[in-house]
Amino acid sequence: MWKFIHKLASPPHFYNLAPKLVPWFTVPGVLLVAYGVYAGLFLAPADYQQGDAFRIIYIHVPSAYLSMMAYMIMAVSAAIGLIWRIKLSHAVAAAAAPLGAWFTFLALATGSIWGRPMWGTWWEWGDPRLTSELIMLFVYFGYMALRAAIDDTAKADKASAVLALVGAVNVPIIHFSVEWWSSLHQGATLLRKDGPAMDPSMLYPLLAMILAFTFLFGALLTRRIRTEVLFRERRTRWVKDMVLSAKGRN
Amino acid sequence: MKPRQQRMLAVGLVVVGVAVAALFTLQALKDNMMFFVSVSDVVAGEYPQDRNFRLGGLVLAGSVEREEDSLEMTFKVTDMRCEVPVSYTGVLPDLFREGQGVVAHGRLDGSGVFIADTILAKHDENYMAPEVADSLVDHVADQTAPLTEYTTGCNEQ
Repeated sequence: MWKFIHKLASPPHFYNLAPKLVPWFTVPGVLLVAYGVYAGLFLAPADYQQGDAFRIIYIHVPSAYLSMMAYMIMAVSAAIGLIWRIKLSHAVAAAAAPLGAWFTFLALATGSIWGRPMWGTWWEWGDPRLTSELIMLFVYFGYMALRAAIDDTAKADKASAVLALVGAVNVPIIHFSVEWWSSLHQGATLLRKDGPAMDPSMLYPLLAMILAFTFLFGALLTRRIRTEVLFRERRTRWVKDMVLSAKGRN
Repeated sequence: MKPRQQRMLAVGLVVVGVAVAALFTLQALKDNMMFFVSVSDVVAGEYPQDRNFRLGGLVLAGSVEREEDSLEMTFKVTDMRCEVPVSYTGVLPDLFREGQGVVAHGRLDGSGVFIADTILAKHDENYMAPEVADSLVDHVADQTAPLTEYTTGCNEQ
């Protein structure tokens, strides 16, 4: 078991393994997107209150969920990197940040577009759900800026890992904001004690899209980690050998 | 203690420390974190006196009255226990409906009427097809109609 983990965490091994992993994420991801988009746009009925405008949920909810999931992956990888000094896990954290920031941006943008006709406003300052999600976007930016500002990779890893850990407190705040305080944003539809408050015909495409986004996120993350590993190991023996042997083949 | 265990402890302390700090901060800011004030709190006088604030609740079924020749309108906001009359002039969001959630921004005038300058509709967490919703209409109406039964304990009435 430990031997397997050690092998997986070795940069050259992961570099060679990644291309084999990516299709296992991409293929189910693309299939699920195809089903989710078709079912979400054509099979699911219009909502009794919102009409067709509710369909933005099929982008909004997966994005919002992944914005938090990516943060947790980033924070946990950063912690593992700090404690066990595993280089690959710092690479995972660094690779997850821009993806998480993009999903946060998507969640905010789609929410805003939906909010204008439904709530009557693009944005409400002071709303706990909206504000805490925006803070997470800024934490992502801060994390990336901090990494970019420090040339020494090992130092950048440590400093940014602490920032990632501090910012992690925001994730449960985002999730529970609609329960703890009064908010313009509605409460949870899916993660409720008495089951999802959604018609099954609307629910299944949503679950498919959530899964699809997760798979595609996995594909993107794996590719980004691979690039990150290559950059970090650019001065090592195995990268030099690989480049030389590739040159020799030409 | 091994160095690795020390680092584990340090990471744990950072996470717990930040969580506790956040907890105290949010607890101290509790009132400011509320996006809106509930109807019962407004009726009980627990709202910011010196500035505009947001009032949140459901639009009381049957209470919406519009002027013939202007955008002026009045309705009542309820939390199933108390009611506050609201007066508003302007365009309403799509989701504004009787029995639906609403957040009004404005202030109370001397006679207890909430003068709103902005009305936002608050959506609930339920998603349904229209035909499913139709079959529930009677049920929903039952919930929103007999409000007067609940108004005991509400000194406005």
